[in-house]
Amino acid sequence: MYTLVYDGTFEGLLTAVFEIYERKLFHVKLIKVEWRSGAMFEEVLQIITDDKRATRVLAGLRRKLSSAGVQRLYIAHMAEMVDEESSIIGFIRYVFDTDVNVEEDYGNKYVMRLSEILKMVRREKHRMEAFIRFQKLADETYYAAIEPDFNVLPLLIRHFKNRYADQKWIIYDIKRRYGIHYDLHDTQYISLDFSDASKPADVISAYSKDEKIYQHLWKNYFASVNIVLRKNTKLHLRHIPKRYWRHLTEKI
Amino acid sequence: MNEERITEKLNILADAAKYDVSCASSGSKRKNENKGLGNASNGICHSYTEDGRCVSLLKILLTNHCIFDCAYCVSRKNNDIKRAAFTVQEVVDLTINFYRRNYIEGLFLSSGIFKDADYTMERLVRVAKKLRTEHKFNGYIHLKSIPGASDELMREAGLYADRLSVNLEMPTEAGLKLLAPDKNRQDMIDPMKFLKDEIILRTEEKKLFKKAPMFAPAGQSTQVIIGATPEDDQQILQSANYFYKNFNLKRVYYSGYVPVLADQRLPDLNTSVPMVRENRLYQADWLMRFYGFHVNEIVNNQQPLLDLDIDPKLSWAIRNMQVFPIDINKADLQMILRVPGIGLLSAQKIIGARKFAKLSWEQLKKIGVALNRARYFIICKSNEFERRDLTGNNIKQFILAESQSKYIKNTQSQLSLF
Ligand code: SF4
Repeated sequence: MYTLVYDGTFEGLLTAVFEIYERKLFHVKLIKVEWRSGAMFEEVLQIITDDKRATRVLAGLRRKLSSAGVQRLYIAHMAEMVDEESSIIGFIRYVFDTDVNVEEDYGNKYVMRLSEILKMVRREKHRMEAFIRFQKLADETYYAAIEPDFNVLPLLIRHFKNRYADQKWIIYDIKRRYGIHYDLHDTQYISLDFSDASKPADVISAYSKDEKIYQHLWKNYFASVNIVLRKNTKLHLRHIPKRYWRHLTEKI
Repeated sequence: MNEERITEKLNILADAAKYDVSCASSGSKRKNENKGLGNASNGICHSYTEDGRCVSLLKILLTNHCIFDCAYCVSRKNNDIKRAAFTVQEVVDLTINFYRRNYIEGLFLSSGIFKDADYTMERLVRVAKKLRTEHKFNGYIHLKSIPGASDELMREAGLYADRLSVNLEMPTEAGLKLLAPDKNRQDMIDPMKFLKDEIILRTEEKKLFKKAPMFAPAGQSTQVIIGATPEDDQQILQSANYFYKNFNLKRVYYSGYVPVLADQRLPDLNTSVPMVRENRLYQADWLMRFYGFHVNEIVNNQQPLLDLDIDPKLSWAIRNMQVFPIDINKADLQMILRVPGIGLLSAQKIIGARKFAKLSWEQLKKIGVALNRARYFIICKSNEFERRDLTGNNIKQFILAESQSKYIKNTQSQLSLF
């Protein structure tokens, strides 16, 4: 059993696949570690990300999968789920080791696992599209903080850019410490000084004049649409698990 | 803005609107092409009420003043409640500001009847027009059509709204006569017919001229209240089926009557809301629309009521044991869809996956099939299968015993179904 250590990028992952085939490694485990802490492991192979090799593997994948299939693989990896590298590697090997396109072969455990990962990612993406709450700041920027279970922020750009084309906005992932800023033309990745962006008190002091009023109205609206006679807490919690509450205006 | 006054209005007019259960914001294709605000496409639930219903739209009445006196309605003329009315501008501001903060997908605007139908409808249309033209708003707009409003206003409404609805309120004409003596069913059917024809016409036009304006792209829907009058499920579903077929409705909503008013014509105040029945009606409705079931297979003269213990698909299956078991590796999609415990997605996955290899129990489980129900009705790549010669009733008992609490307490609506 070999442990391959890579840098966490998609190119790094593809480079690792290249090594696996070149060195004929059968039992491998892939883990993501910062380059310098690699020395802690024995039987370790450090993967040095190599764009040329990655490109070759990618080209191979393109031949065997539909373009949507390649996209899904990319998204599954980008989600940064803990310890899912092995399923992703397993999937890629199954793709290369089979003559036909296996995307729909749900009887295979790797194909199935990839589809489960994507389902979780998609659900998290939808949740973010639903649960993001913008707060209007004095400079007319709409700001939202999020803490998604997986790394889905890049997947949100298109939706929010299409929808809020005429307002400036920032969506900031507090957990992963980066955000997206839309300036009425384009989006950019940004990182904010932690003390500025993430302390609720600081954000509140930057509110626009009417922000408080609309938050108040929204909370009222939420309270008045409830039908007490139909109360169903279990169902409620299934739809909005508690960990999302702290960024939901109506739940604060 | 007078914060206190607007808060009060919002409380009154949201409270009065909440009994209309439809909240869908999907089915439209409005894009944000003018670099304006919003789009209406996929329909997102931005929040959920404590009773687990989706909150997707700002659902309010323009006013709860009303000249009519429908027995089941909190806004009825003779009910002694606080009244309020929004101005057109207030509704526009609320919608825009909620939308910009990602609270909602759009607006669902309904109203009590102020003076007459046209007077009221004209104001609803003005809100939609203002949103679309002055604010370049492309989010979802659902307008309730006021029964009896003129064709001219209905046509204008269709140009700005994504969806229009005329509520039938009661499943049958007799029910309506009893509880809403001011209303007449023809006043509801006429605008539905008008909308249906107009939608067809405009869709044709749109095919010829790309630039032709959209007309109610999310179609029309209606709502019936159940449990306020004695209609059985057969009458309700048959009426729904009739409206799906003849008026191209996108959705029929079933709203379990919430007893908020005392009236001899209505169920007692302490009657509970028929939530399980409502859920069964939605399930039956899905069977008709997506699973290829004919209404008579679900309810008929022998079986006029839906079974409350089990879902209508399982109920159909145990009444039709002669068609089972089916071979999951051979049966066609239509048949697989009829197996209890297999939903639309799983059925499609089965069709995809079995091209590679025959599927076993293990794999079916991974695909998402609820084996505790499905296993009585299928065989797959395995020597294990149900060999006992069970009657439908046996199966029902087994399944109920296994998932008792889940079934009986399962009172949710629309989304998670089979
Ligand atoms: S017309 Fe509408 S608002 Fe007026 S009483 Fe009847 S249902 Fe209620």
